[in-house]
Amino acid sequence: MKYLLLFLGFTFASATLADDGMAILQKRCANCHDLSGPAAQSVQALWQRKGPDLFYAGSKYNREWLEKWLVKPRRIRPAGYHYIQHIKPGKKRDMIDAATLTPHPVLSSDKAEDVAEALMKLKAPAEMMGAAAFKGGSISVSFGEMVFDKFNGCMACHEIEPGYGGLSGPEVYTAAKRYQADYLVSFISSPQAWNPKTPMPNKHVAEPNIQKIVQYLQALAKENWDEKK
Amino acid sequence: MRKNKLFPAFFMMLLIFSTAAWPDDAEDNYKNYCWQCHGMSGDGMGLNVQDMSVQPRDHTSAKAMGGRSDADLFKVIKEGGLAIDKSVLMPPWGDSLSDDEIHDLVKYLRKLCQCG
Repeated sequence: MKYLLLFLGFTFASATLADDGMAILQKRCANCHDLSGPAAQSVQALWQRKGPDLFYAGSKYNREWLEKWLVKPRRIRPAGYHYIQHIKPGKKRDMIDAATLTPHPVLSSDKAEDVAEALMKLKAPAEMMGAAAFKGGSISVSFGEMVFDKFNGCMACHEIEPGYGGLSGPEVYTAAKRYQADYLVSFISSPQAWNPKTPMPNKHVAEPNIQKIVQYLQALAKENWDEKK
Repeated sequence: MRKNKLFPAFFMMLLIFSTAAWPDDAEDNYKNYCWQCHGMSGDGMGLNVQDMSVQPRDHTSAKAMGGRSDADLFKVIKEGGLAIDKSVLMPPWGDSLSDDEIHDLVKYLRKLCQCG
């Protein structure tokens, strides 16, 4: 009986946290993030969205990272969510127009916990996730970099360490901290299943190499990048 | 009776059109997918070029683009650089763009280079 009461109490507390979190999401986040889907179906519609879709957040993000990041948000995409809206012509190449970038709102740790609870309940439809799954295993950073950069050219758009790599996509050296491994496998195997108009191409990476790329991202995420910056 | 039979079909059509990605015009597609490497003006000096081992092609150069047939341009956009023995850094966009959208992009490239 005692355990049943404890279980019910925990379930109730969890439901309450999620309810509070959803209220915060609706009030403070829905202006920039889509919470109900579907993904944008045209390029113009995508550009209207000010931040990443969150209607599948519970299948994408690691909760622990979400809670920490919402309290102390830090830019993940050097050129913002849509790079085309935050660049300007430079002398040698197009440059990031920092004046157009706005910081993400900060939440208190209590609110961050509520919001993370609510976000984790927003699961992706089965057809988005597909059958992709991370199979575990590990790889050295040097071999992983060969698969990621030399064989597949992913560094063209992604930084593999602070200040090194492409700037239009999100940094990848913290990707495994942010994202669930199964999501990474699924997204790399078909970015368009998640976001039909994403500027990330489907490079048709062979499945074993997708596993290696996720292993590489996990190896990268073990580095203490904050200390190295 | 006829009206009742058409009703489910009408809703099916609505469902199909509400979930299928729409075609976009060439200028929007060029901005969304190509600017990041080929640049806002198409000169190959995009945001990402600093650490690239191979520089993206200058789409405004008649010299650089004139030697490529429309079929080659279609193939490289759809299947990526490796498909025409060029760099892996040029990705395949066949899952992002329909064949019609790629044909439109080839025409757009011809305007940028004023060639072909």
